[in-house]
Amino acid sequence: MQHTLVALVEDKPGVLNRVASLFRRRAFNIESLTVGHTDCPGVSRMTIVVDSNQTSAEQVMANLYKLVNTLQVSDLATTPSVQRDLALIKVRSEAATRTEIMQLVDVYRARIVDVANDSMIVEITGVEDKIDSFVDVLKPFGVVEMVRTGIVAMARGSNAIPEFSMQASSNGNGNGYHSQEISF
Amino acid sequence: MKYTGAQIIWESLLKEGVDVVFGFPGGNTLPMHDAVLNYPIKHVLVRHEQGASHAADGYARASGKVGVCLATSGPGATNLVTGIATAMLDSVPMVALTGQVYSHLIGSDAFQEVDVTGITLPITKHNYLVTDVNDISRTIHEAFYIARSGRPGPVLIDITKDAQIAQIEWDPTHEEVIQLPGYRPDLRPSLNDFDKAVEMISAAERPVILAGHGILKSGAMGWVRELAEKTDTPVAITLLGIGSFPASHPLHLGMMGMHGEAWVNHTIQNADLLLALGMRFDDRVTGTLSTYAPNAKKIHFELDPSEINKNVPVDLALIGDLGESLQQLVPNLPKIAHTQWNEEIGKLRKESALRDILYTPDNGRLYAAHVIHDILRATEGKAIIVTDVGQNQMWAAQYYKHDFPYKMITSGGLGTMGFGLPAAVGAKMADLEQEVWVIAGDGGFQMTQAELSTAAQEGIKLNIAILNNGYLGMVRQWQEFFFDRRYSATPITSPDFVKLAEAHGLTGLRAANREEAVDVIDTARNTPGTVVIDFRIEPEDCVYPMVPAGAALHKMIRRPM
Repeated sequence: MQHTLVALVEDKPGVLNRVASLFRRRAFNIESLTVGHTDCPGVSRMTIVVDSNQTSAEQVMANLYKLVNTLQVSDLATTPSVQRDLALIKVRSEAATRTEIMQLVDVYRARIVDVANDSMIVEITGVEDKIDSFVDVLKPFGVVEMVRTGIVAMARGSNAIPEFSMQASSNGNGNGYHSQEISF
Repeated sequence: MKYTGAQIIWESLLKEGVDVVFGFPGGNTLPMHDAVLNYPIKHVLVRHEQGASHAADGYARASGKVGVCLATSGPGATNLVTGIATAMLDSVPMVALTGQVYSHLIGSDAFQEVDVTGITLPITKHNYLVTDVNDISRTIHEAFYIARSGRPGPVLIDITKDAQIAQIEWDPTHEEVIQLPGYRPDLRPSLNDFDKAVEMISAAERPVILAGHGILKSGAMGWVRELAEKTDTPVAITLLGIGSFPASHPLHLGMMGMHGEAWVNHTIQNADLLLALGMRFDDRVTGTLSTYAPNAKKIHFELDPSEINKNVPVDLALIGDLGESLQQLVPNLPKIAHTQWNEEIGKLRKESALRDILYTPDNGRLYAAHVIHDILRATEGKAIIVTDVGQNQMWAAQYYKHDFPYKMITSGGLGTMGFGLPAAVGAKMADLEQEVWVIAGDGGFQMTQAELSTAAQEGIKLNIAILNNGYLGMVRQWQEFFFDRRYSATPITSPDFVKLAEAHGLTGLRAANREEAVDVIDTARNTPGTVVIDFRIEPEDCVYPMVPAGAALHKMIRRPM
């Protein structure tokens, strides 16, 4: 089963390296990993997809928490969530095939973002399966190149999952804020 | 007042309660090594930085404080790696300080430059690269906090030369504030189900306590004793758990695992409830996982959530500090007796008790078991025993019975040969009044024998027992059992250890039979200064019992009768 983990980490040099190094040495099988800024300065958000038949999601979470730079981790597997992947696909197109490609682009609610004599770049966002399917239907035309970002995800509903606030921080003995209990 | 970075380093270390560091100077630590002369912190000069890291480790294990080692950039830093990994795997609180090239040279393959923070990423709890003198004080405070809190471990701080040299206006009385929003070692789940634990313990008929290193880390020895006595539960220990429960206590079973006593492993395999206290079901202890304690429910008392269900799926996890958990649990337990279970175990034990010493041929030839036993008797079980790795380590664990905690210092997780001598230097520096014995083999001792000079220079007294059999014993044993006695790269030539000791200005003694063994131990204890004893023991002796790799815990190779 696919588990989507969302980790809030400190936005500091080398943190991505720490996470990647952790996954490699624990032999965690990661399907995808994306990271980017959040609205909170100093906090980055990582979206990690794990196949729990190969790698225990609890183990990944517990190990992420051991990294000093990890702020909060949540598993969205049990929460309804929105998942999105983004792809840019450069597909061959000529007079004969252009219309057909454009119709497919319409059907998939994708967008053409670049047109050249014999090719065009299509941008598509959606769940992974939708993008996989779109790539499949474009293949016969000839895919020149393609790039995908990997999944980002967010829980549905009005709460932030995971939740984290930077204000509750430091005292001489240690640190304040824990909104997430670890349970087994 | 103006302070240089180097001065701030020592001021900060003083604030953390440091009074000794183990180190080796180099180009990129010159400012630090200059500044220390004006501070009441002792710098012990080692002969190899690996020795510094092991010494800091031994010091930490013996004193309960954070051990500190110091090396220069490049090769100095890389020489610390083995010791840092050793500390990581045994959860030892340690701070390693390394000098680094000038900030503007980083990444340019400068002289003696290595990416030590990259290299030590997997083997440190956390590490820092400090390029700004303003960060030094807070970083050191944070590093010590991380090293000693939660599950302890090594932290490395790489400090560039320009940061050491720079001068700033600094107030040494200023309290540093820790900014680690992602590090919460005091996190306590509210979901620990102690009621279920009481239920499971009350219902068990064949319970066993598995006593591990966590007991010593938490200082929960008293609670463990109460738990065992209240519920009449026998206690098996791991290698690193030695000392957590008195060996002379009637409920003390003995060491479990690959070289544990036979009745201990059988008891675990026959149990219906395992109480795992601060142990992590390491492969040395479980044998093949598919056949491990098949009929036992398991309750895992553990501080580190990532250890839960990592190797062995457990029925109940109680996460948190062991002492705190037991404090919640034990008062709610009923008084239980397991007379029949303990009788069964007693029978098993009689059948195979001390099989090794009882059946070790008494032909006047010297066996390791005799040596350890003699040291035990001479020291009344009160010495600090620091072992190296291999057969010597296993024999020390099997035959030196520890009633007191924090006296067995051994590299369990990483199994680092050469650990013994430098770790003993560190342990001795923790308390110069304590009697410290090193138990090592001729192989492991050679790896770090240069640290004899450190002992000589510091004028400390160590008693060093080298179990000399002319082989890399443990590897030879595996070659005997599994490779048809093909002794590849295991026969080893050593220097004359007596002459070696004397060359270092220390005392050297030799024993080749049982009478001599008892004599030299006595002589060594009464001779001032470090003494090296070359015990010429039976060359092809093996550690029994042994659970071969891949075998079930109860399928042990026993000593042939």
